[in-house]
Amino acid sequence: MAQRNSSRRKQSNNENFMDYSLLFIVLFLLGFGLIMVYSTSSYEANLDLGDSAYYLKKQLFATILGLIAMIFVANIPYHFWERFAVLGYVVSVVLILLIIPFGHEAGGAKRWLYIGPLSLQPAEVAKLALILFLASMICTMGKQIRYSKGFWMVLFVPLPISLMLWKITENVSSAIIVMGIAVLMLFVACPDYKRFILLGVATLAAGAVAVFVVVQMAQSKAESLDFRGARILAWLDPEAYASGKGFQTLQALYAIGSGGVLGKGLGASMQKLGFLPEAQNDMIFSIICEELGLFGGFAVLIMFILLIWRMMVIANNAPDLFGALLVVGALGHIAIQVILNIAVVTNTIPNTGISLPFISYGGSSVMFLLIEMGLVLSVARGIRLKDL
Amino acid sequence: MMEEMPHQHRTYHRSKTVVILFACILAFAGLMGRLVYLMVFQSEYYTMKAKELHERERSIKAARGRIIDANGKILADNKTVCTISVIHNQIQDPDRVVQVLCKELGLSEEYVRKRVEKYTSIEKIKSNVDKSTGDAIRAYDLAGVKVDEDYKRYYPYDSLGSKVLGFTGGDNQGIIGLEVIYEEYLQGEAGTILTVTDAKGVEVAEEGEERVEPVGGQDLYISMDMNIQSYATQLALQTMETKEADSVSILVMNPQNGEILAMVNVPEFNLNDPYALPEGEDEDSISAERKQEILNGVWRNGCINDTYEPGSTFKIITAAAGLESGSVKTTDTFSCPGFIMVEDRRIRCHKVGGHGAEDFVQGTMNSCNPVFITVGLRIGVERFYSYFRQFGLLDKTGIDLPGEAGTIMHNVENIGPVELATISFGQSFQITPIQLAVTASSIVNGGRRVTPHFGVKTVDSDGKNGHTFTYPVKDHVVSAETSETMRYILEQVVAEGSGKNGAVEGYKVGGKTATSQTLPRGSGRYIASFLGFAPADDPQVLAIAIINNPQGTYYGGQIAAPVVRQLFENILPYLEKMDYNKT
Repeated sequence: MAQRNSSRRKQSNNENFMDYSLLFIVLFLLGFGLIMVYSTSSYEANLDLGDSAYYLKKQLFATILGLIAMIFVANIPYHFWERFAVLGYVVSVVLILLIIPFGHEAGGAKRWLYIGPLSLQPAEVAKLALILFLASMICTMGKQIRYSKGFWMVLFVPLPISLMLWKITENVSSAIIVMGIAVLMLFVACPDYKRFILLGVATLAAGAVAVFVVVQMAQSKAESLDFRGARILAWLDPEAYASGKGFQTLQALYAIGSGGVLGKGLGASMQKLGFLPEAQNDMIFSIICEELGLFGGFAVLIMFILLIWRMMVIANNAPDLFGALLVVGALGHIAIQVILNIAVVTNTIPNTGISLPFISYGGSSVMFLLIEMGLVLSVARGIRLKDL
Repeated sequence: MMEEMPHQHRTYHRSKTVVILFACILAFAGLMGRLVYLMVFQSEYYTMKAKELHERERSIKAARGRIIDANGKILADNKTVCTISVIHNQIQDPDRVVQVLCKELGLSEEYVRKRVEKYTSIEKIKSNVDKSTGDAIRAYDLAGVKVDEDYKRYYPYDSLGSKVLGFTGGDNQGIIGLEVIYEEYLQGEAGTILTVTDAKGVEVAEEGEERVEPVGGQDLYISMDMNIQSYATQLALQTMETKEADSVSILVMNPQNGEILAMVNVPEFNLNDPYALPEGEDEDSISAERKQEILNGVWRNGCINDTYEPGSTFKIITAAAGLESGSVKTTDTFSCPGFIMVEDRRIRCHKVGGHGAEDFVQGTMNSCNPVFITVGLRIGVERFYSYFRQFGLLDKTGIDLPGEAGTIMHNVENIGPVELATISFGQSFQITPIQLAVTASSIVNGGRRVTPHFGVKTVDSDGKNGHTFTYPVKDHVVSAETSETMRYILEQVVAEGSGKNGAVEGYKVGGKTATSQTLPRGSGRYIASFLGFAPADDPQVLAIAIINNPQGTYYGGQIAAPVVRQLFENILPYLEKMDYNKT
């Protein structure tokens, strides 16, 4: 142990690893995101608020705060946070519960808490807290993770948060992401494959059954369908629901499709002129496609693949399991969110509100993502260069 | 051992993170495939859909073709009018805009200010503004004030030939009359301005606009002669007034080629204000349905839309059929005791004491009913009916006006001797005035059934291309000999017979009078009419005057014949000067 400690000290003095590739990718995505937030929001912001840079300024402020937090977290050994694992979990639960009396509504959903001038999405806090809690818990469990008791324990812990996010904030996507992060962390921690394959098949089957049931119900009597039922129908045929649930999706498709291979040029989107409401939010990728074309869309996806690859490299070289799991959690968070967001925007899956990491407008999201990146960078710093 | 454990862990941890990476790459590849599908293969479809969404299409009206009379006078024209609107978020100096618009348009400040200050993308202030006013407003060069030019149909002579020319609706489309029939030539092709707008409909300036220029309609040249039409209108109005008649129709045509020179149906209506109700009707107190009903009555062209019992003018047809079939010769003698028995019915002659002994020419001059009943009975039902068909009497004339009414005639199997007798002197069936005019034309012009028409040709706006209309002519409906005989007999009618009030000094005029009681019999309502043509030996012009429900004297020979005489007195010298006679 003494030997290890000394070698680590030596490394931190002489071979201090900083993953500049990762840092560059994150900064690139942030800069690109700010440009796109300005591009998508300026016209509407100027009309509605008289300040074309309104959203840009707010996003820039949150990004700067996030970067400061990231640098701060990156310079603290990640094991420091292990002691806050339980506290983080409890705080997340409390914050979500606080939404019931104090939540602020925006766009028809009650998802925000206001602390002075800052707005906070408890869902974002919960994702970070859960990554920390699960990493800590899996490490404590040790070999138990290999048995079904440990397996189900890991799946059970995020369930209350997931259910609360679903029921209280009506935010299915965050609920899915929370469960997805847990499954991915478990997948890495557990040597088994069979259970995960079964779990995946079961999820797909449940989804297929849900779609089938909704379609059947729609054919008998359409009025009895709720919010999400209608979303599924709108997903199957957005043009038939053009003025209702299919509106946003259809407008996004118009944007993507009209972009073509080369795009209309940066700033030249037509769909952002009020046709696609709040284009700077969840649907920002469609405007990227409209303005920058297929190449622009591909470039963004490739940047995310590079980000995930860098994180995988860090996870695989992490000094210990706790560090690896933290990185896997952050990786899972970003990967799931990117895939779901782009799948929604391209109408590959039914519409559900989900933002594009680092690029979509949203202060809480970018701040907590940057804190996660700070953790990842902190883990990276612990890597001995000779292991690479 | 302590060192090995994490390594062992790491092995499967590592492979699992690699699995995750590849799963992610797979998912990303799938999404990229989806993007390729949307942005390459579906791009055209979505681009089209998005374009539809973004572009506001404003159509530019095409200038409608003019309608021009035989002398080149413009009967229907286009007036450039302006629509003044304001675009709220382009206005820089609202007070000045309000002040200028109030002054130039003569509107109240309150009205203008309300519209200028209203937050809408575009607000219309006033439409149908004169071009001069529009130009004046444009000269101020005020930001946010838009002056759009537009065409409005304009009829320089207001009510002249209203029921013939017709008018157009708000979308510049013909509603009645020639405007409807020649729609495809007159309308032209509308142009479009495509403006790119945001979701609220505000123009996106940097996108510019796409413009498709309109193609003007073709001018329509018609055979109507404005001078004859206006003189005939004056005559008809005068007659309607002095005779306190319900309506008066005058139809003037060239019997040689079917060109109609005038078609008057007074009361006419103002083509520049076609929806005005006649005096005495209160706009507010009647239903929309009732209003439309009244307007349809106002717009009705009596010469072609309405049928009537022609009465004695129909004797021209009976005589022609009789002569053509050999049933009667001019020298045949008849005796009129004042009535004739047909089966058990006693049908009276209009002269109570009877005309006594007379030959066929004299019988026609006297308009003697027993003579024509006798001729009709001699011809017989089958033959008479086949002549109707031969003369074209049972078909529509094919005039280039909408809504021509058909002939209302007994079925051939229902015609007994009594019906045959009444048909012979023009009662118990109905035809349109145009039908009578065309049939009479073909009988006096040597036997050619012409198609009555107004449309002569169309010429496009640069005068290069166009279309000259041709109309079918059916030859030999009567023999040249019968036609010559008919011209002689009808000339005698005017020279010395019942139509002598139609005679014009210095001209040979042929014609026939008629007085018919309208249904139901005994109502005391009559239609007085006269059909005349000149010169009698080579007819170049044929006119019918029909006076509907005159008060006082109602005999055609006394009130309708003078109308045609006055008309001929004026137009015959005019037509000679106009070279109409030299063809």
